[in-house]
Amino acid sequence: MNAKNRKEPGNGSALSRPRPSRFLYWALAIVALLGLADATFLTVAHLAGDDAVCGSGIGCSTVLGSAYATIRGIPTAAFGAVAYFSVFSLAVLVGFGYAGMRRFLVIVVMLMFTASLYFLYLQAFVLHAFCPFCLFSAALTFLLAGLLLAFPAPR
Amino acid sequence: MRRYLPFVIIALVALITVGVATAVYRSKMRPAPTASTSSSPVPTVANEVANEKEDESLHARGPRTAPVSMEVYGDFQCPSCAVATAMIDDLQKEYGDKMRVIFHEFPLAMHKHAVAAAMAAEAAGLQGHFWEMHDMLYKYQSVWSRGSAVDAFFAAYAESIGLDAGQFAIDSKSPEVQARVISEGDAGVARGVKNTPTIFINGREVHNGFQRETLKEALDAALAEKKKP
Repeated sequence: MNAKNRKEPGNGSALSRPRPSRFLYWALAIVALLGLADATFLTVAHLAGDDAVCGSGIGCSTVLGSAYATIRGIPTAAFGAVAYFSVFSLAVLVGFGYAGMRRFLVIVVMLMFTASLYFLYLQAFVLHAFCPFCLFSAALTFLLAGLLLAFPAPR
Repeated sequence: MRRYLPFVIIALVALITVGVATAVYRSKMRPAPTASTSSSPVPTVANEVANEKEDESLHARGPRTAPVSMEVYGDFQCPSCAVATAMIDDLQKEYGDKMRVIFHEFPLAMHKHAVAAAMAAEAAGLQGHFWEMHDMLYKYQSVWSRGSAVDAFFAAYAESIGLDAGQFAIDSKSPEVQARVISEGDAGVARGVKNTPTIFINGREVHNGFQRETLKEALDAALAEKKKP
């Protein structure tokens, strides 16, 4: 039962290295779950044509109805949902001792961080409108990146 | 067992996400009017533009002879519809007599005041002022859609466009007007409309119709098609 004594699945050579703090990965998983809920909600709202999520904010409708709201016909939020689900899955795996997954976790979070910067730029300088759900998603991504940077893997 | 636990957690989260998303999607796709009430005595509005029989009760703006007919299935409480309406108005100015706009009611269940707003527009239509009310409802959407007692807003709009206030108050609550709204919603469902705004140009659905460029491309394509011998 003790994970410290268990051989790391899929990465036998990493046995001698101390495992990163579990708390960090559970925190990452919870943040990723929030992001998954946000992105899934936006995806469903987009597919259902429901912009009630915007309330009466026309700026929000401008963002969610813009050309950037879809990529080849697929709602951009759907890519976000996949990304958050990947972060959740990888964080759970690392939390359970699959330390080799951490590098993939870092790569996915960095990609999301870059994408979030781009979407913030679009909202601020191209669309001149902000969508609260998109801002929330960006904040969660920054939090994920911040947590990974603040707690690097122990060597 | 513990070895499989992370995979079980991941699979559970995936299943719950897909399940909840599907349930929410299905609930959002249900329009306010239900098919069960479509057996009302009011005849269903003929909304197929391909069908040359023009229904006098259609809400249309622009000449009948216009080469391009744009049909809009809208919900007065839907913010994207308000954005799309502003774009459509601009396009109609740009295309002039080449374009005709037909509006169909499609109030969605998720919008609390959508049916009341649709009935207000239809009641105004009975006095020959559908489009004036249509424009007012979209223009002031952010105002009335936040309120709880929307009737007062609609009554004020009715007065400002010169309607007979007493008649408007009766019509906007009448079963006939409600039946018409339901009938249009049902006709939209039968035609495959699932959300708002759904736009058809010469009978062909325009996807992402609330984007100006998409609409313009579809309009130009329809015009070019009409010009072909």
